Amino acid sequence: MSSKSKKWFSLNLGKKDKHSENGCGCGKTSGGCGSHDLTIGEETKKDGFDQVFDVKMSRRTAFKQLTASLAIGAGAISTSCSMISGDETKEQAQIDWEEQFKGNYKLMTDEEKKATVDRLVRSYQLRTGKTLNMSSKNAEPDVLFGYAFNISKCQGYMDCVTACVEENNQDRNSQMQYIRIHEMKDGKGFNFNEADDNYYHEVPAEGHFYMGTQCFHCDNPPCVEVCPVQATWREDDGLVVVDYDWCVGCRYCMAACPYDGRRFNWSKPEVPEAEVNKNQHYLGNRMRKKGVMEKCTFCVQRSRAGKNPACVEACPTGARIFGNLLDPNSTIRWVLENKKVFRLKEDLGTEPKFWYFMD
Amino acid sequence: MRRLKVFRSLVKDSLDTITHGSRKYHLWMALLTFIMLVGMYCYSIQLEQGLSATGMTDRVSWGLYISNFTFLVGVAAAAVMLVMPTYVLKDVDFKQAVLIGEGLAVAALIMCLAFVVADMGGPSVLWHMIPGIGVFNFPNSMLTWDVLVLNGYLFINITIPFYILFKHYQGKEAKSNVYVPGAFLSVFWAVGIHLVTAFLYQGLQARPFWNNALLGPRFLASAFAAGPALIILVLAIIRTFTAFKIEDKTIKKIAMVVTVAAQINLIMLVSELFKEFYAPTHHSESAYYLFFGLHGKDALLPWIWTAIPLNVLATVLLTFHKLRNNFKVLFFACFILFVAIWIEKGFGLIVPGFIPGPYGKIAEYTPTLIEIGVTLGIWALGAFVFTILAKTAIGIEIGKLRYKN
Ligand code: SF4
Ligand code: SF4
Repeated sequence: MSSKSKKWFSLNLGKKDKHSENGCGCGKTSGGCGSHDLTIGEETKKDGFDQVFDVKMSRRTAFKQLTASLAIGAGAISTSCSMISGDETKEQAQIDWEEQFKGNYKLMTDEEKKATVDRLVRSYQLRTGKTLNMSSKNAEPDVLFGYAFNISKCQGYMDCVTACVEENNQDRNSQMQYIRIHEMKDGKGFNFNEADDNYYHEVPAEGHFYMGTQCFHCDNPPCVEVCPVQATWREDDGLVVVDYDWCVGCRYCMAACPYDGRRFNWSKPEVPEAEVNKNQHYLGNRMRKKGVMEKCTFCVQRSRAGKNPACVEACPTGARIFGNLLDPNSTIRWVLENKKVFRLKEDLGTEPKFWYFMD
Repeated sequence: MRRLKVFRSLVKDSLDTITHGSRKYHLWMALLTFIMLVGMYCYSIQLEQGLSATGMTDRVSWGLYISNFTFLVGVAAAAVMLVMPTYVLKDVDFKQAVLIGEGLAVAALIMCLAFVVADMGGPSVLWHMIPGIGVFNFPNSMLTWDVLVLNGYLFINITIPFYILFKHYQGKEAKSNVYVPGAFLSVFWAVGIHLVTAFLYQGLQARPFWNNALLGPRFLASAFAAGPALIILVLAIIRTFTAFKIEDKTIKKIAMVVTVAAQINLIMLVSELFKEFYAPTHHSESAYYLFFGLHGKDALLPWIWTAIPLNVLATVLLTFHKLRNNFKVLFFACFILFVAIWIEKGFGLIVPGFIPGPYGKIAEYTPTLIEIGVTLGIWALGAFVFTILAKTAIGIEIGKLRYKN
């Protein structure tokens, strides 16, 4: 966000307006020379996100007033209907009303975030009689999440895909999957055109290698720029997230993503009640509705709680590495500094935070 | 007060005119109403099921709706081709045509907005897009630009004709210093709406087929061919069915506009084809898929190979004065040109932008019946709106509708 003037090939690790394009003179963008640490570690101030936040103050107040007045209206309606409806129905109606007219999560204060999360939890309780645990935890300072994928290790087992679907409550009917594993022929290089991302046979198949893709959480994400209502944005810790309740479903972001990172709910998503993962985050795996966009969030409900994403944990070969790019002792930093890493379609200037490497 | 009275009488009179007419007129309106009802039924199914009722998928996420939207923006923009000479250059020949052209622009814009709404996953939260109450991601998102320019254009194209008709209705002359600045503005605005709509696609680095500097200019050229072509056809129909006089001279002049635009469009097409096929790169795959099919997948071939010959044939027919001045040939040429450009903007531009996908996956797109139903319904809506507007305007212009004190 802070690299508005220089979009090209400057790995903007989040927090550094001061950092010039080749700050260390080594020419590397992925922090391999050591002198990157300084600039990355030192600067703890918030970036452009905060500025956007501040500009929107007046609008945020407008939201509050709007929702407040609507809430009063809703209250009036539900009181007048009290003869025919029970307390719970009334409460549900009230919640539905407030949810329909709430503002954009990105612009909410922490209390407002908490309030909407509470409403959603209560609503779930009223509907199913079960409780769930939903978080509205914000990004921590000094954290910037990144991911690395070891092509030599991946055997195409797709355990990550299964784990992801279960963790993130993805629609079972349409078999939505955030991760795609591309099976490529040895000797053809990274030839996506001839790769198969929909195979049904025993793996590892002779003469093939495997490569996974998902949302790369670009540091300069084109999907965020194009959204007409700012329903998708880059969080302070680098996660690119969607507010499912604010998205209008225009699918412009999908057209703008060069990495096939986004998935749309073409029908009402369904997850059998017994399989619902009840440990949720507002920006992550909470239940979606029909007609909205969703995508990989690096399992925000896990990663902000200090855990690895489900795919990393599920991978039997250890091909997936996740961590904090700003922590010089993290595994991901070790990989970036000691392996020959590369990223896909770097020429587009999207600065993905997802690196590939080989042993 | 007086204005209000005149306005009330105008509304009453126009309601009167649009509910009375010949048998053919009633049949026409009944047919349109029927198609609209079918469209609404299809839309209700789509609302119920979600967009899975359409042929769109995660791989091809825009289809028939956005194609028609893109095409109709062009038709709306083309109204300007008639506005400019009439109001600004005082060329009388166009005067009759211009009200029709602006009516067409209004109808086309209403269709555009309807197509955008039909394409939305969550029409119930569309208020998120309204500046002030929602969050309007301006100026970053080209879609917000498009919303602004389209609504602004709609406003201009309603107010100018309304002012003129309102004056004529009272038997007065419309003051040119009131409407000429508006007409000037709409000239620039029309170019703007189409360019902005092209930028919507052109600005996406993810889709090399669209990410091409010629896209905007080519949009303009094809729009200025298809729009006036439609106007010629509409004028021809109006001429035969109403007392509204449209001189041959007018139609011939518009035909000239169509011809030049069609020629420029063809030149740009050649330039595009040269770039894609002379030294094909990885980025030419969409064009390959469109024209020749890839890996045995060739759903778009029949479309594009209908469009290209029609386009060339129409342009050739229009280029020769003898042929162009023969109205039978002219109407035929306009018709096939209109069809050709419709295909080109839809199946030839929007759909192949998604094929092959970001990682080379080829997933084809075929619209479903529901989708086609909604599309036809919206076209019927446009025709309905236009008929109402044109009937009132013609009534006023030929003096049948007058304010009586
Ligand atoms: S990979 Fe696609 S969806 Fe993910 S941040 Fe980048 S552009 Fe957006
Ligand atoms: S689909 Fe949703 S998130 Fe994507 S651009 Fe449209 S409103 Fe924004």
